[in-house]
Amino acid sequence: MAASIGAVVCRALHSRRHGKFLSIGRGLFSGARCLVAEGETHFGFQTVSETEKGEKVYHVFESVAKKYDIMNDSMSLGIHRLWKDILLHQMNPYPGTQLLDVAGGTGDIAFRFINYVRSQWEHQIRQKLKSHQNLSWQEISKSYQEEELKLPGGSQVVVCDINKEMLKVGKQKAQHLGYSEGLSWVVGNAEELPFNDSKFDVYTIAFGIRNVTHIDQALQEAYRVLKPGGRFLCLEFSQVNNPLFSRLYDLYSFQVIPVLGEIIAGDWKSYQYLVESIRHFPAQEEFKAMIEDAGFLKVEYRNLTSGIVAIHSGFKL
Amino acid sequence: MLPIGWLGRARMGGWLRRAPGSLRGLRHLALGSPAPIGRGYRPPHTDLTVTAEEHVDEERYYQLYPGHIPTSPLQKALLSAGAAFMALYNPYRHDMVAVLGETTGTSALQSLRDKMRHDPEGYQILQERPRIRLSTLDVTGLRGLPDGTFGREYVRFLDSNRVSPDTRMPVKFVDDEELAYVIQRYREVHDLMHTLLGMPTNMLGEIVVKWFEAVQTGLPMCILGAVFGPVRLNARKLQILTTELIPWAVRSGLNASCVLNFYYENRWEQTVESLREEIGILHPPTI
Repeated sequence: MAASIGAVVCRALHSRRHGKFLSIGRGLFSGARCLVAEGETHFGFQTVSETEKGEKVYHVFESVAKKYDIMNDSMSLGIHRLWKDILLHQMNPYPGTQLLDVAGGTGDIAFRFINYVRSQWEHQIRQKLKSHQNLSWQEISKSYQEEELKLPGGSQVVVCDINKEMLKVGKQKAQHLGYSEGLSWVVGNAEELPFNDSKFDVYTIAFGIRNVTHIDQALQEAYRVLKPGGRFLCLEFSQVNNPLFSRLYDLYSFQVIPVLGEIIAGDWKSYQYLVESIRHFPAQEEFKAMIEDAGFLKVEYRNLTSGIVAIHSGFKL
Repeated sequence: MLPIGWLGRARMGGWLRRAPGSLRGLRHLALGSPAPIGRGYRPPHTDLTVTAEEHVDEERYYQLYPGHIPTSPLQKALLSAGAAFMALYNPYRHDMVAVLGETTGTSALQSLRDKMRHDPEGYQILQERPRIRLSTLDVTGLRGLPDGTFGREYVRFLDSNRVSPDTRMPVKFVDDEELAYVIQRYREVHDLMHTLLGMPTNMLGEIVVKWFEAVQTGLPMCILGAVFGPVRLNARKLQILTTELIPWAVRSGLNASCVLNFYYENRWEQTVESLREEIGILHPPTI
């Protein structure tokens, strides 16, 4: 009975697909949001058990970790950097913010956060100095030395990732680029964060939530660890709204990306998983509803590059 | 032709294959094009309205052997270009050479397979599908053979160059399972060619073997490797290469019968000299 309902739901949801008879035949286990049997979930376009998904995702990221950044640059032609910059601008952190970056593996968001907060801090100092033109030289030099060693204003970013390889790459990058203060690296599962309640001002998850087995649990954990007034921000691949662009995007995704994966990283299958997992992730409105279910208020989303990625934002009030 | 193919398929085992009565078959009947039974090559996707998901579902159905990744013609073209570039940019990427061989070698592999079919020993190899692996080779036994025998010299080659027969890449992008075996056999026989030609695994030796293989097999990857390989050599080596080694390799390649038509696993006790004579490889020049 669940099977027939599943098939009907499939047909209704995907009536825009031309291969309807294919959907019915493989109905129950294909299609982005069709019902699957209890304890089963999607791994790309395959159906696997929930425990298996976690393991498979771990292996994918373990094998791509070293080439992760270079692959991101080639696949998105460098545009992923702009997306992450826009996320930081939307976050607009002030010095003193406590950030938790989940699935933050190689540290892109964390490093941008540190840069942003530093430049904000320097701006603040300049403003302060302008307004205190009659200070003596001793007082001015003291204010320079005060907060020099600690990250401006006591901001802190915790990078949490379930995958040790990704964290290893992130730590090496941090050392290489010279980030040390206000940065910590923690191994943890987004569905069960190793932090106390109400600890962070901002929670971000960039390109990580689609790999989580139970998205609703991850959202609930996000709600738990945020302070009241805290902000949830999610940068993730989403559904393209323009039909012509969507076809080009599909062509690029399925034809070019696995080939790039094979050539640059020697790994076709991981990048096949990547493009399939993007298709399975809920669309903007549906994900917004899921965030609201977790208790967040004033949930909004913003499409970038025609909907290839979307930034969802919510507040714990 | 069909009975041989079926036997081969039964040997491979453990792969997914779409049954003739499936939806895919029906779809092709409806569209009027022939259902591609037994080949696994998916016809070009001219229908842009096929959704991405279907596209991938169909591809998964065409997995003909373990490790097979079905690819569209566009993907093969991109793979060939990218692999060629990457192999030249980073010569340590042996997997890129392998990928290039697979994506560009279809017609050469077909003619190799035909040569094998028309020779009694080659035919036997296609039937039995032997694999050269450390687990199947009796290395200590081979080491005990007298000097000068093929088996002894092969193990000496493996030891002195510190290579192992197990480092061959598995086949991924060939869309016919018999041709996949042919290219796998070609890869495994490559080390044996080193032994028979007396060439070490340094850059010079590899180029000489590539020239020999290019003439023998006609695989575009061999031809590209043979032509572009010398780019990284210094002038002295280039001179030795062009004046002595390459002409010898080409003459040997033309003189020799198809190297894939020899059941090497049955010939360990044969001396290298007599095997060379039987195949038609000329005596290597002294460098």
